[in-house]
Amino acid sequence: MQSVHIVSAYDEELKYLSKRIAAMGGHAERMVEQAVAALVNADPGLAQKVIRDDLVLDEGQREIDDKAIIIIAKRQPMATDLREIVGAIRISADLERVGDLGKNVAKRVVAVADGRQPSSLFRGLEALANLALTQLKEVLDVYASRSVEKIGFVRDRDDQIDAMYTSLFRELLTYMMEDPRNITPCTHLLFCAKNIERIGDHATNIAETIYYIVTGDQMPADRPKGDKTDKIILPATQPAK
Amino acid sequence: MADIGTERKGKAQAVAMRLWNSRWPLAAGFVAVLIVYGFAGMSGYVVLLAGAVLVAAAILPPGVARQSTENAAAVEASGLQQLSGEYLAAAVADPLIIFDRSAAIVHANAAAVAAFGGIAPGMSLSLKFRAPEMQSLLDNMLAGNVASDSVDYIERLPVERAYRVSASSVGHATDLYVLVFKDQSEARRIDRMRADFIANASHELRTPLASIAGFIETLRGPARNDPAAREQFLQIMQNQTSRMARLIDDLLSLSRLEMKPYLKLGTEVDLRQALDSVIDSLGPLAKENGVVIERDFAEGPLAVPGDRDELFQVFENLLENACKYGQSGGRVVVSITRSDSDTEPGIDVTIRDFGPGIPEEHIPRITERFYRVDVENSRTQKGTGLGLSIVKHILTRHNARLSIWSEVGKGAAFTVHLPVR
Repeated sequence: MQSVHIVSAYDEELKYLSKRIAAMGGHAERMVEQAVAALVNADPGLAQKVIRDDLVLDEGQREIDDKAIIIIAKRQPMATDLREIVGAIRISADLERVGDLGKNVAKRVVAVADGRQPSSLFRGLEALANLALTQLKEVLDVYASRSVEKIGFVRDRDDQIDAMYTSLFRELLTYMMEDPRNITPCTHLLFCAKNIERIGDHATNIAETIYYIVTGDQMPADRPKGDKTDKIILPATQPAK
Repeated sequence: MADIGTERKGKAQAVAMRLWNSRWPLAAGFVAVLIVYGFAGMSGYVVLLAGAVLVAAAILPPGVARQSTENAAAVEASGLQQLSGEYLAAAVADPLIIFDRSAAIVHANAAAVAAFGGIAPGMSLSLKFRAPEMQSLLDNMLAGNVASDSVDYIERLPVERAYRVSASSVGHATDLYVLVFKDQSEARRIDRMRADFIANASHELRTPLASIAGFIETLRGPARNDPAAREQFLQIMQNQTSRMARLIDDLLSLSRLEMKPYLKLGTEVDLRQALDSVIDSLGPLAKENGVVIERDFAEGPLAVPGDRDELFQVFENLLENACKYGQSGGRVVVSITRSDSDTEPGIDVTIRDFGPGIPEEHIPRITERFYRVDVENSRTQKGTGLGLSIVKHILTRHNARLSIWSEVGKGAAFTVHLPVR
């Protein structure tokens, strides 16, 4: 993976960084997974656990920052090593944000669980979460294997996530118009959907950082167009079906 | 590993092998004896005796291991001491990974590569298995806190799989460790299935059940003496029961698919043949709906790795949908093309209808369970809301993708991209 340095402690330090990133990634994946599970199953206990777990990620990010700065100061890294270290700082920041977004979803569990919603409301959210989590998992797998040629999938999936989010947005608006009592839970679910969509964006960011670490070039900039929720307007009265 | 039974079997095999290896000298010996017999006119017993001596000479020297040209034979003869870890790992059916002190993978057997993919020697194990419980398992092992340990590890995506993972160190001071994954997905799935069934199916089954109950009440009450109404109600009840039966069939096939998470390797499916038989089997339905099915198949061999029955179901569901919901278009085109992009060469199967199309906002959602674009239309077409969900599931298992194009008023195209290995 990396060429060997004369000072073997240097290698150890770089390895430690990537190991910490992987551990943070594992925690972030688990948090998002459990936050969505808590939401779907209306499980406040699990939600509390997710909220507590966020501390681990905050701690992880601080540790990676410290270690990275110390390595830069002590070893004066160049080329791949420097990109590796700066990349680690950026990826850990993204992962920490993923954890925050997961925590925010978990915080909304109580509000949504108040009035029991039909399960069809959650099915879309679950599908969206599965897409975002698959994205995160594959990106972190690429970080492990360094096979950046596989990174093309990231863009495809980003499009899928955006399309799914747009569709979910529309569905939730429809529910709110049907019955004003739905407004509270649906607004919370809208924020949850937005959070999950943002998790997908952070995964894309991580993919770009990995591409930069491995190749030294920026990923070609044909960013997807993003979601289309800014254009959704439903008619004031529900069309007759 | 080798118990007494296999050892005995091994000895018998060694004798047979020795006889086989010396077949030519033996044959020459026999011929020589026969020639001498012809010239000297010895008695027949002498010839038999000479033959027996030759065979014994070939088998005997028991202590000396014969130089065999085949490696496998050499391993067998030299016993457990020299048994290569690689052979042993290959013989284990469960995923097995050997790693060293720095958590770098030394060897992963074929089952592990098939189950987790993207595993290469030298890769760091703690980067690949990031779940917190796996991290702490690895940390504990490598720090030397425990000699062996096990945890439950669940991979949720892309297909849910649950493993009991046990780690232990290998031998004395070899600095090697081994991870063995025991697949427990099935037990877990049964649990999940029960929960799923209550959540999804009970609601879907309740609707037809409520309507049947209502008609029974009417038949016993107001419509007791009205033969025309009775006939009509019984017809509706029959439709409802067959809908429930279809729903149960679909639910069962979906959960069966989820039970066996990954595919057996090595089987190939001829897409041309599979699609031909799907089109034949749906001929009556197409005729009933007034739809003509057209074929546009590429030349040459069109085989992909996969499970024939499952792919058959994919194409059957897609084509059935096209015939039902694209009915107004009057025709459906089934085409197979080769897509030779550099990153993932594969074969695309497209099923295109010319019906009303699917509104854009529904496209990302239609593979969800029980999601229906138009509830009324789906009910009259006897849909269960599970067809595309089954398609999606099978394709995930095949590493394949489903892409959907549609424009309102112009029809819809479902493209299955199947990778060739």
